Amino acid sequence: MSDLLKIRDLRIEGRSDETWTPIINGVDLDLKRGEVLGLIGESGAGKSTIGLAAMGYTRDGVRISGGSVEFDGIDLVTASARVKRDLLGKRIAYVAQSAAASFNPAHKIIDQHTEAPVQHGVAKRSTSVEDGIELYRKLRLPNPDEIGFRYPHQVSGGQLQRAMTAMAMSCRPDLIIFDEPTTALDVTTQIEVLASIRNIVDEFDTAAIYITHDLAVVAQMADRIKVLLRGDEVEEAETREMLSHPKEDYTKSLWAVREFQRPEKPPAPADAVPVVSVRNVTAAYGSTDVLHNVSFDIHAGRTVAVVGESGSGKSTTARCITGLLPPRQGEILFDGEVLPADYRKRTKDQLRQAQMIYQMADTALNPRKTIGEIIGRPVRFYGGLRGAKRRERVHELLDQIELEPAQYYHRYPSELSGGQKQRVGIARALAADPKFIICDEVTSALDQLVAEGILRLLADLQDKLGLSYMFITHDLATVKSIADEVVVMKDGRVVEHGPKTDMFTPPHHPYTDLLLSSVPEMDPDWLTDLLAERGVDNLGDAAVDKM
Amino acid sequence: MSSILKIILQRLGLGLITLFIVSIVIFVAVNLLPGDFAEAILGQGATPESVAQIRRDLGLDQPLVARYLDWLRGMLTLDLGTSFAQLNFAKAMGGAGSVTVAEQIAPRLSNTLFLAAVTACIAVPVAVFLGVLAALYRNTAFDKAANLFTLSSISSPEFFMAYVLILFLAVLNPVFPSLSNIYEGMAFSERLQKSMLPALTLTLVVTAHMMRMTRAAIINLLASPYIEMARLKGLSPMRVIVKHALPNALAPIINVIALNLAYLITGVVVVEVVFVYPGIGQLFVDSVKIRDIPVVQACCLIFAAAYILLNLTADILSIISNPRLRHPK
Amino acid sequence: MSGLFEFNALSWLAIILVLLFGAAFVFRRVGQTVTGNAPKFRDMPYGAAFGYVLAAALLIFAVWYYLQPTVTDVGVPNAGVMFFRWAIHGFLIAAIAAFLFRLLGRSIGTAGSKKLFRTMPLTASFGILVILIYAFVAIFAGAIAPHGQAEVFGTANIMAGGDPALGGDPAFPLGTDQIGRDILSRLIYGAQNTVGIAFITTCLAFVIGGSLGFLAATIQGWLDELLSRGVDVLMAIPSLIFALLLMTIASVWAARLGVPLTVFMVLIIALIDSTRVFRLARAVGLNIVVMDYIEAAKLRGEGLGYLVFKEILPNAMAPLLAEFGLRFCFVFLTISSLSFLGVGIQPPLADWGTMVRDLAPFINFAAFAPTAAITPLLAAGAIALLTVAVNFVVDWMLHKSSGLKE
Repeated sequence: MSDLLKIRDLRIEGRSDETWTPIINGVDLDLKRGEVLGLIGESGAGKSTIGLAAMGYTRDGVRISGGSVEFDGIDLVTASARVKRDLLGKRIAYVAQSAAASFNPAHKIIDQHTEAPVQHGVAKRSTSVEDGIELYRKLRLPNPDEIGFRYPHQVSGGQLQRAMTAMAMSCRPDLIIFDEPTTALDVTTQIEVLASIRNIVDEFDTAAIYITHDLAVVAQMADRIKVLLRGDEVEEAETREMLSHPKEDYTKSLWAVREFQRPEKPPAPADAVPVVSVRNVTAAYGSTDVLHNVSFDIHAGRTVAVVGESGSGKSTTARCITGLLPPRQGEILFDGEVLPADYRKRTKDQLRQAQMIYQMADTALNPRKTIGEIIGRPVRFYGGLRGAKRRERVHELLDQIELEPAQYYHRYPSELSGGQKQRVGIARALAADPKFIICDEVTSALDQLVAEGILRLLADLQDKLGLSYMFITHDLATVKSIADEVVVMKDGRVVEHGPKTDMFTPPHHPYTDLLLSSVPEMDPDWLTDLLAERGVDNLGDAAVDKM
Repeated sequence: MSSILKIILQRLGLGLITLFIVSIVIFVAVNLLPGDFAEAILGQGATPESVAQIRRDLGLDQPLVARYLDWLRGMLTLDLGTSFAQLNFAKAMGGAGSVTVAEQIAPRLSNTLFLAAVTACIAVPVAVFLGVLAALYRNTAFDKAANLFTLSSISSPEFFMAYVLILFLAVLNPVFPSLSNIYEGMAFSERLQKSMLPALTLTLVVTAHMMRMTRAAIINLLASPYIEMARLKGLSPMRVIVKHALPNALAPIINVIALNLAYLITGVVVVEVVFVYPGIGQLFVDSVKIRDIPVVQACCLIFAAAYILLNLTADILSIISNPRLRHPK
Repeated sequence: MSGLFEFNALSWLAIILVLLFGAAFVFRRVGQTVTGNAPKFRDMPYGAAFGYVLAAALLIFAVWYYLQPTVTDVGVPNAGVMFFRWAIHGFLIAAIAAFLFRLLGRSIGTAGSKKLFRTMPLTASFGILVILIYAFVAIFAGAIAPHGQAEVFGTANIMAGGDPALGGDPAFPLGTDQIGRDILSRLIYGAQNTVGIAFITTCLAFVIGGSLGFLAATIQGWLDELLSRGVDVLMAIPSLIFALLLMTIASVWAARLGVPLTVFMVLIIALIDSTRVFRLARAVGLNIVVMDYIEAAKLRGEGLGYLVFKEILPNAMAPLLAEFGLRFCFVFLTISSLSFLGVGIQPPLADWGTMVRDLAPFINFAAFAPTAAITPLLAAGAIALLTVAVNFVVDWMLHKSSGLKE
C-alpha cells in the first residue's frame, strides 16, 4: 500500500521576542493508509506542532521554515489556502485535547457535526444527522438519538471527547490527528474513550496519528511508535518491538521510569501513636458536605497514599489537616494530641510540624523572591537563624535537594525548570524541620523522568529524616512506587484502606477494582484483554454509574 | 429559562438599589453646603426676612430626611423643583410665574439625546467594523497604524479634538458650522448639519475606545480552541467568522458598545460647551458656575441614571447572549 | 450652493472609490502574474488588496498635498498646507528623536536598562523621552520661562511668530494672549501647575485606593463587602459629573474658609479616582491571595503585615505601575477638562485647560494668521502629547508583562 502521508525534513520555528527559534529540527514521518502512528515525547517535544503541521496548519507565532508535508501527493506546505481548505475536515480531521473548549458553545453538537460534510459537499444535512446518530451509537454514547441535540456545555467531558471523534469521522477522512484526546480525563473515563476511538479507527480503516505523553496509552493505540525529544526524532519502531527492545538510552530511561518501586515498610506496631490521625472528619463547603466521616492514621516514617479521581475529596482532607478548612465534625490528632481545627489557632510549633508541598510549583513559589529568600524564610521564622547561619542552613537544604547552592541561591523561580522548582518546594518544607509532610499531587504536573527523580528524592529524605508523608495522587503508578499504605476515596468517603500489597492483590472493593484495572499498562494487549474481561457493557462510565 | 429570568430580575433590582443609593449620595453631597440654599441664592446681602421667605418657599425649614423624601417623590413624578436662577429672575421681574427645572431640562435633554444618537449611529458601525478588521489583520501595518491613532485619540482631551475639527472643518474649509445653535422646530437636515461637528468630535473619541475594546475582544475570541477547530474543519474564513466567531463575539461587543455609550455622557459635557450646543451638559456646567443647586442636583441624577441604565443594559444583554445561561443543563 | 458642493464631493468620492475597487483587482492580478503566482499574491484576499491600494492612494495624496505652495496666488497664506507640513515635520522629528533616544539608551546605562531599550518599540521610547522632557520643564519652569506666568504686558494680542512685519515681537515668540501675558511662558508654567497638580492627585488616589484595596483583598469578609459596595455606588456616578457636583459645593466652602479651590479639587478628584484604584488593587490582590505561596505563608503563621508587604505587594507592582500611568492620564484629563470648563485650577496660575478656553477665539483667524490660530491647539496639544506619551509607555509595559506570561 502506498504512503498516505510523507513528511520530509520538516523544520518549524516559533517566534519569541521578535526572533525565530527552531522548534522542530528536521523530522521525517511516513504513514500508510489505515495505520496508526503514536507520537510520544515529553512536554516541549513538539508533538502537537508536528500533528498540526501534518494538516498544513501552524498556530499563530509559528511557521514552517522548511521541508515538505506530502498528503496523498499534495505538498501541504506549498499548497494554496483553497486546496488545503478542501482537504481539511474532509480527508484530514483533527481531534483536540480539550473537547469542552473545542466545541463552539453557541451551537448544538449535531450542527457542528454536520458542518464539515455539508460545507464540503460530502453529504446532505439530513443524511449527515442520521450518520452522526449512528456514529454516536457506535461510540457507545448514552442516548445517541438525542445527545447531539444538546449544547456542548450540557454534556460531560468524556462524552464530548467521543462526540468530537464522531465529528472527525463525519466525512470518513483518510487521516485523523488525535492530539492528546484523553489527557484531561479521569482514568475510568479514559478507558471508555480509548476503546471507542480504537474501535472506530479499526472499523473504518482510518489512518491516524496519535499524540500523547502517556506510554501505556500509546501502546494500546498505535501500530508504530515514534519518540521525540525537543524537536528531534529519537527513534521509531513497531509498537511491540519498541516496548521490548528500545534502542536509545533516552527511550530506555522513559520505559524504566515505571519500574521504580520502593520496598514497602512493615506496618507500624499496633500500640504506636500515629503522627497524624484523622478521626471521623466530616467537612463542608457552604452547606453541602464534601467529606463524610473520614478516618485514617499516618505512622512515623510511613507514606500513606490517598487515591481517588477528581472530586473525591483528597485535597479537602488535606485542607482539614492543615486547618484551612475546619471540619464540621471530627478532629485531627497530631502525636496523640488534638489540633485546633483552625490553623490560626495553632501554635507556631504545631504549624511547623506539618508542612505541605504543592502540585503546581509555579504558584507555590513567590516569583519575586530568590530561592535563598524562599527557603531562608522558614529557617529564620521557625529556627530564628539569621545572617551567615541562616545562609549556611539554606546551603545545607539545597544540598539535600541536590541543587548546587552557589548556583541557585540567588536565582528566581522563573529561571528554574519545573522539576527544580518542585525541589525548592520540598526544601522549603524541610526548612521548617517538620515531622509530617503533605504532598499534594507533587508529580502530576511533571514529565515522567523528572517525576521519578522527585519520588526518589522524597523516598531518600524519608529514610534519612524519618518523615511521614501523606501522598495525594490520582496516579496509581505513583502509589505503587512510593506508598506503604493506601487510602482509596470516592465522593468524599474512604472506600478502602490498607497496606499497599493488600491493595494491589484481589479481592478489592469494586471501585478500587475499577480504578486499578483502568490504569493503562505497557502491555499492548492490555486494553483488548480488559475489554474482553469486562464485557462490552461494563466499561468506564457505565461501570461507575452502576455503583 | 427561569434561571436566566431570575438573574435578570436580580440585576434589575440591584440597578434600582444602586440608583436609590446614588440619589442619597447626591442629596447628601448637596447638603454639605455651608449654611443653606437660601443664603446661597440670595447672596450675602440678603435680609433675614427674605431668607426666611425663600426658605419657606423651598421647604428648607423641614428636617433633612423629610426633604430627601420630598425631593425623591418630586424626582419620581418628574417634578424636579424650581431653579434658583429662574426663581431670582422671576422675583426680579416682579414675581411672575417661575420656571420649573423640569421645563428647563426637558428640551435640553432631548437635544443631548439627539446628539448622542447621531454619534452612536456613526460611531458604532465604524468602530465595530474597524475593530474586527484590526483583529483579523493584527500585527500588520494597518493594525499598528490603527493602534497609534486610537491610542492618541483616547489620550487627547475632547476639546483638543473639538478645536482640531473646528480648525479644519469650520474655519479653513467651512463645511460645518462651529456653533451649534439648535432651536425647536428646526428642519431635521439643518439640525443634523449643525450637530455634525460635536457629533464627529464625540465619534472620534468613542470610536477609538470602542475599536480597541472590540479588537481585544475579537482577538481573545479568535485564540479559542473552537475557532482553531473550525479552521481545521476546512471552513472558509468567512464562515469561521460569521458562524463561529460572531455568535460568541456578540456579548463582548454589546458590552463594549453599552460601556462606550455610557462614556459618551461624560464626553458630552465638554463637547457641548465647546460648540455651545444647547444640551443638558451645557446646562449642567452653567448651573454649576452659578450654583443653581436644584438644576445641578437634577442633572447629576439624570446623568447617573443614564449611566447606570446603560451599564445594566450591557449586563443583561450579555447574560441573554450567553448560550450557557440560555440553555441550562 | 452648499447642496451643489455636497453633491460634487460625494460624486467625486464615489468615482474615486470605484477606481480604487478596480485598481485593487488589477493590483492583485498583476502581482500574481509578475511573481509567478507566489503565495503572497495567490492567497491574498480581495480586502487586503484593496487595503494596499487605498494606503498607496492616501500616500500619494499626502505627498501631493505636502508639495502644495504655502501661499496662494492671491498672497494669502494657505493655512491648510502649512498645518499639514507642520504636522508631518512634527511627526518626523518625533520619530527621529525617539530613534536617537533609543539608540542612546542602548549604548549607555546598566546592562538591565540596555536590554530594556533593545526590545523597546519606537512608540515607547518616544513616550519615555516626552515624559522626561515634561518632567524637566515642570521642575525648572522658573528658570526656563522668559517671563512670569501672571505678568501682564502692556500690549495685548501680539501676533505669534515674532515677525514685526506681521505685528509680532521677537520677545514673545508665541505672542501674548488677550490680556497681554506671554503665551510661551504660560505654556511652560502650565507644565508645572497642571502636571504637578495631576501628579499629586494621582499619588493621593493611589495611597487611599491602593491601601484599602489590598486590605480588602487580604482580610476579605465584612470590610471587603462594605468597601466594595461603597465603591460600586460611587462608581455608578460618571466621574466628571460627580467632580462637577462636588466642585460646586467646594467652591462655596472655599470662599467661606479662604482655602484655594485648587486644594479642594485635588482632594475631590483623588477621592473619585481612588475608587478606580481600589477596584484594581483589590482585583490584583485577590488574584495573588489565591496563590499557593500565600497559603504556604499563612500556614507558616505569618502576620498580616508580612503577607501584604512581602508577599503580595512585590507581585502587584507591574499592574499597579501600569495603572498609575493610566490613572495619571485620567486625572490629568479630568483636571484639564474642569479647568477648561472654568471650575478647575484657578487664575492667576497658568494652566493648559484654562489657556485653551481663553485662547479659543484665536482659532477663527486661521485663514489669515495661521501662527496665531495654532496657539490654543498648542496648549491642548501639550495636554494630549503627555497623555499620549504615558499611554504609549503603559501600552508597552502591559504588552511586555502579558508576553512574559506566555
